[in-house]
Amino acid sequence: MAREVRCKTVEEPSLVALAKTHAATPSFKNKTASGSHLSNVHLCISSSCFLSGAGQDVGRSCILVSIGGKNIMLDCGMHMGFNDDRRFPDFSYITQQGRLTEFLDCVIISHFHLDHCGALPYMSEMVGYDGPIYMTHPTKAICPILLEDFRKITVDKKGETNFFTSQMIKDCMKKVVPLNLHQTVQVDDELEIKAYYAGHVLGAAMVQIKVGSESVVYTGDYNMTPDRHLGAAWIDKCRPDILISESTYATTIRDSKRCRERDFLKKVHETVERGGKVLIPVFALGRAQELCILLETFWERMNMKAPIYFSTGLTEKANHYYKLFITWTNQKIRKTFVQRNMFEFKHIKAFDRSYADNPGPMVVFATPGMLHAGQSLQIFKKWAGNEKNMIIMPGYCVQGTIGHKILNGQKKLEMENRQTLEVKLQVEYMSFSAHADAKGIMQLIRMAEPRNMLLVHGEAKKMEFLKDKIEQEFTINCFMPANGETTTVITNPSVPVDISLNLLKREMALGGPLPDPKKPRTMHGTLIMKDNSLRLVTPEQALKELGLNEHQLRFTCRVQLQDPHSDPDTLSRIYTHLKSVLKGYTIQHLPDGTVMVESIVIKVSSSAEEPNTKVLLLSWSYQDEDLGSFLSTLLKKGLPSGLSSM
Amino acid sequence: MAAHLKKRVYEEFSKVVQLPQEEAPAKKLRLTKPSKSAALHIDLCKASNPTDALQYLLHFARSSVEAESVEGVVRILLEHYYKEQDNSVRLKIASLIGLLSKTQNFNPESILDDTLNTFNTEKSHQVLAQLLDTLLVIGTQLPESLIVRHRLIEVAYKHLSDTYFGVRNKCLQLLGCLGNVDTPLNKDGQGLVPAVIGDAQSLISDYFADQDPRVRTAAIKAMLQLHERGLKIQQTIYDQACQLLCDDYEQVRSAAVQMVWVLSQLYPESIVPIPSSNEQVRLVDDSFGKISHMVSDGSWVVRVQAAKTLGNMLQVSPHFLEQTLDKKLMSDLRRKRTAHERAKELYASGEFSSGRKWADDAPKEKVDTSAVNLIASGACGAFVHGLEDEMYEVRIAAVDALSALAQSSASFAEKCLDFLVDMFNDEIEEVRLQSIHVLRQISTNITLREDQLDTVLAVLEDSSRDIREALHELLCFTNVSTKECIQLALLELLKNLTKYPTDRNSVWKCLKFLGCRHPTLVLPLVPELLSTHPYFHTPEPDMDDPAYIAVLVLVFNAAQSCPTMTALFSDHTFRHYTYLRDSLSHLVPPLRPWYIDHIPQTPESAQLFLQQSLSRISTIHNLQDPGAQDLLNFTIRDLQRLGELQTELAGAADFSATYLRCQLLLTKALQEKLWTMAVPLCLKHNAMATAAAKQMLEETYKLEFLYSGLENRQVATIHHVRLQAKALQLVLTARTRRGVEPLISVCEKFLQEVESFQRLFVVELPHLQESFVGKLLDLSPKLSACKPGELVKILQTTLRQSGFLNLQLPKQVQRASATIIEPTGESDNPLRFTSGLVVALDIDATLEHVQDPHNTVKVQVLYPDGQYHVIQPKPGDFRSPGPHRHRLITQVYLSHSAWTEACQIEVRLLLAYSSSRLCKAVWSDSSTEGLQPAEGATEGTIPFGKPVKVFIMPKPARR
Repeated sequence: MAREVRCKTVEEPSLVALAKTHAATPSFKNKTASGSHLSNVHLCISSSCFLSGAGQDVGRSCILVSIGGKNIMLDCGMHMGFNDDRRFPDFSYITQQGRLTEFLDCVIISHFHLDHCGALPYMSEMVGYDGPIYMTHPTKAICPILLEDFRKITVDKKGETNFFTSQMIKDCMKKVVPLNLHQTVQVDDELEIKAYYAGHVLGAAMVQIKVGSESVVYTGDYNMTPDRHLGAAWIDKCRPDILISESTYATTIRDSKRCRERDFLKKVHETVERGGKVLIPVFALGRAQELCILLETFWERMNMKAPIYFSTGLTEKANHYYKLFITWTNQKIRKTFVQRNMFEFKHIKAFDRSYADNPGPMVVFATPGMLHAGQSLQIFKKWAGNEKNMIIMPGYCVQGTIGHKILNGQKKLEMENRQTLEVKLQVEYMSFSAHADAKGIMQLIRMAEPRNMLLVHGEAKKMEFLKDKIEQEFTINCFMPANGETTTVITNPSVPVDISLNLLKREMALGGPLPDPKKPRTMHGTLIMKDNSLRLVTPEQALKELGLNEHQLRFTCRVQLQDPHSDPDTLSRIYTHLKSVLKGYTIQHLPDGTVMVESIVIKVSSSAEEPNTKVLLLSWSYQDEDLGSFLSTLLKKGLPSGLSSM
Repeated sequence: MAAHLKKRVYEEFSKVVQLPQEEAPAKKLRLTKPSKSAALHIDLCKASNPTDALQYLLHFARSSVEAESVEGVVRILLEHYYKEQDNSVRLKIASLIGLLSKTQNFNPESILDDTLNTFNTEKSHQVLAQLLDTLLVIGTQLPESLIVRHRLIEVAYKHLSDTYFGVRNKCLQLLGCLGNVDTPLNKDGQGLVPAVIGDAQSLISDYFADQDPRVRTAAIKAMLQLHERGLKIQQTIYDQACQLLCDDYEQVRSAAVQMVWVLSQLYPESIVPIPSSNEQVRLVDDSFGKISHMVSDGSWVVRVQAAKTLGNMLQVSPHFLEQTLDKKLMSDLRRKRTAHERAKELYASGEFSSGRKWADDAPKEKVDTSAVNLIASGACGAFVHGLEDEMYEVRIAAVDALSALAQSSASFAEKCLDFLVDMFNDEIEEVRLQSIHVLRQISTNITLREDQLDTVLAVLEDSSRDIREALHELLCFTNVSTKECIQLALLELLKNLTKYPTDRNSVWKCLKFLGCRHPTLVLPLVPELLSTHPYFHTPEPDMDDPAYIAVLVLVFNAAQSCPTMTALFSDHTFRHYTYLRDSLSHLVPPLRPWYIDHIPQTPESAQLFLQQSLSRISTIHNLQDPGAQDLLNFTIRDLQRLGELQTELAGAADFSATYLRCQLLLTKALQEKLWTMAVPLCLKHNAMATAAAKQMLEETYKLEFLYSGLENRQVATIHHVRLQAKALQLVLTARTRRGVEPLISVCEKFLQEVESFQRLFVVELPHLQESFVGKLLDLSPKLSACKPGELVKILQTTLRQSGFLNLQLPKQVQRASATIIEPTGESDNPLRFTSGLVVALDIDATLEHVQDPHNTVKVQVLYPDGQYHVIQPKPGDFRSPGPHRHRLITQVYLSHSAWTEACQIEVRLLLAYSSSRLCKAVWSDSSTEGLQPAEGATEGTIPFGKPVKVFIMPKPARR
């Protein structure tokens, strides 16, 4: 017997189960309860998406997504604020013992900041993961430098043990598969990922993860306003099921970059013209390059002669990578690099310790950025006493550092050995942050048109505000899971079905309007689910394939009718009646005393006792069910009296 | 080889070619000309496979076909079309037909039927699309024929439902280009036209929702095309167009932006409801909001389009306009003031320092979370986004739009000032330059605050000369509010001067205008500027110091309209004044109290003087009158002096003086007593007259091409003088040469010129009644018939008897002028280079009142041995710093064989002219006609501006 199927997109709620991590799931409730602030691991489950990492907190990013049966880890960051186990995500959420390889299909790193990649060697080498790790080319190049630097500070300077080694970093990087922008990479047969430009830092990317028709976009950190060396994030209208966006500046709308740049340049220019020295403490990568470009072009434009120095070390290597990855920079640098690579600085030279005592104006970039140690602090001590000099803090300073103190206007600093240092130089603050602000986040949502939003990497209170805004403006669901929480989103995946050509042709032959791809259309056929594939074929073919006999199913029905005429007359009266009601159907009066409407047979018989009560016999096949039941109800109402028997 | 030879034979002797059997006899007649069609036909018949045929067609497409044989060729092509199985060949044939129907002088109507017939059999979609394209070409060739248009539209309508996007595209294009723009016709006589065709608009708008983005784009474009052709688009499609703004495809969105703009211009005042509220807004405001929204689109093409479009929406209400610059900042949900606001407040409070402390921009008031609008709905912040865009194309478009909007609204100009000033720091020089230009254009509407001026002035140190000069130009037009501003500007300009001494002229000029505009602000600064002291004598500053001159220029220009200022000057200042007034008269104005001028000070009185001089001249009826020459002489002298003194009238005065000089020359050449003598007796006179005629001719070209603002009347007068000069030349030739032969051609040429004069200036002829030409035209029937000898006699008498033609001055006459700033010609160091190689010479010149300098201005280099080169500068070398002003900064390459001594070469600028420019000769594509210069065109060059001498020294190459 044939089975009828309406062929439309089959709407089936997807399975929420995480095939592989399912066993671990029940245990997280307890964990989260007991050690919620111990571990920042956060889980979210979406349409089949979920994981562990950076909810409602800036720090370690680590998100697990389970989509279409695939498990993906997005970023593997560390928290700079902790020195114990809490600095790394708690991978025991995924598995209590054994390696992670069998639970994860791939790991994707969005950019090289340590809060997004710091735990990578720990995860891959110490916990154990052998699968592919995806990151862009610049990230792959710069990431090991930063990890090595971080390792040195932790192990060599602070003397920690049980930390990953240089060899582990190398081994880990061997597992990395590089990504190009807009290149679709097939992780396996079903899972594909694609990187989009994200601004923020060199090589930062947003990733689209797609399994079948379900997709998730993870933004990493991104920037919607271009700066001096990087462009703005961009994504096409990919309409993902979930957009996982950072929300560092969820409650901020920033002023134009130009004012800040102008202020910065003006301050530097004025100080240099007065003959003062300018100290700019920076971290080696990211903002430092932007400021370099800014000053370099300004010097070029204004024909200035005062020297600019950059304290060496990490930076030189990093600048080298900036030179190499020109395609990842902004329009201006990309267009002019043929004449001159903007990162080949003409005015910026390497700094030597002895230069600090040179007379005359100069500008020095020195690490680290918070003035807590190292070269920047040494230079600061030398220059602090002269009111002609200036220090410009380009970023946020952690409490307790000298940077924080001087920003708060402290004029006397206590140094080691009970010395005091009088701060006479001018202190300026100039923020150049490269995260999208609230408007930028909204702009990205408008570009990508996601069906659901998920906010991570931000403070809960601020996210709340943005969540309300998003729900109000776009009328989509917005989630902001805490660490360790799982969010599940239900999707409507479309299930592709192969249709046999014969069936399609037969359907075409039936006529009707030409197919319109935008409108669903019903058709008859048999759905065969076999060997993991779905096929729609004609019933006959299905029977043949399955080796079944065809069974005919007929419905019969008796209708009693009061009619004083003779049987043949009644029949012809019925014929006339149906002819007038059912226009456009073939109705035949057959000589053997039956009326055929299409394939439905109508016979009349009268019982011997009551000649006026006629019994109509209707018989129809299963396929004509609609017409058959219509006829039976029609005939039950009786025949109109005005009918003549022809 | 054999095949190749055979082909040659066919081509060369195509008249005797026996056309193959299947050719109908009627067609043979058509191909009488040595025709390409025959060769083509044979080629096509020979082609065994589609590739060959395609090759032949491609080859054929390169040659041109005469109008007469087009029809035949098309028929042959069509014949093959029907036989051909291969799609690509049919496609090529279809495109060839389109190409052929563009042939000049060919009426494509004759092939229309045949082309239309092909539609009946064609199955391939690509070929159909190409055929429709061909129809489009035919249709555009026959814009007047209504019937043709209807037939074509009918075809387009029939194929609109095709499944291939290309066909639908072409159909829509066809509808757009040919669809009815008038009200639907009365149906009688148009029976074959279905009524639906009349309404191309609704038909096209149905395809706004097509599934293929390319078709949607084509539909919008077709609609825009209809609009351009004058159809009034209905307002009903506004909603549809707005929906298309959110399309997935950038080309659709880009076209939709245009569509929305068009509608906003058509129905600016109609009211549209705002969805989800009960309010209503004007359509232009609504669309302005929607287009503003597109400035933050994902695709930069759309962003550029949107930003540009915003600049064209001038009717928008100020409320909406000002929103585009709105940005509400917040930080942690607290309202934050923008840097612009802070700067303004600081300025208002009198404290001028900013951002010394960390967090001095700390947010204060708490923001009402529900009131914060994160999605820029409406126009909010459109320009804030546009000006910060990643792509400089968008930024430039935004700057331009700002300029357009600011020029129409003073309050908006005030508001956008901060943003424009910010753009001075852009990373791309083009953007910086553009924003400086824009600020100059709107500077009449604004006054700069001190902090803004500070930012503006910071750019003076820019190493790019263009930027600095643009900035000087801007400062010339800027209003400032306080005396501190003046001081600041002066200081910065002086700094600029020491850093870049080449900017001298530009800086002085800038200070001149600054002084003129702000006399009262300069006044309190004078003692300080001139460093005078109430009791002590201060040392006399160095007169050659450019910085001191700069200060003096500022002070003297301010003193011009501030009489009390002179009292503050010390003795040496007056001495310096007289010196500067003489040496830099264009920068230093005359000062009244102690320098008395007899010249009329106001342009009005000067104008009056000019008019009077000219009317005095007009009393002369005949140039042979006694005293007429003296009068002319005096007037010319007066006019020349006037031109020197009154720069506004220099053009008009020079123009009249030159004209009068021409007349004077003519008079002298025609002096009676000399003409009565026999030729051999007055060789000297002949030489003088010949020279006069030549000079007159040259002067007429100068008159015609060097001055701008001339009306047809004056051009006629100039041509008239030229005719007179030519007539004089003719007469002189007749007198000096023996024999009639050479004379005949000269006479004919002259008559032709008279004729063309008559044609060109039919309108002006009534004014020329009494003149030379007028008299000549009276005799014209006789003229063409008479012999050269007679003609010369007639000319001679007419020349002498004709009256003086009065000069009517147009309102504004400007003389084109050029000044070479660099090289200065002062250097004694020769430019050395190896002979035979080249050396580059930098040329920097300003051009005033030159129209279209890209084509007309050339550089001439004259070597001492008489060789000269004319160099055409690249179009990119011309910049336009101001209205009617151009700047040429270019390099010319010099080369010469070796000299023994350093020698001077001359560099000068030439103005190239060509009279065909005025005749508007029709440009024709056909090569034969294109090569001949248009009839009567004269080409030449006029040197203008002073030549500059440069020492160069080519050395022999060392071996």
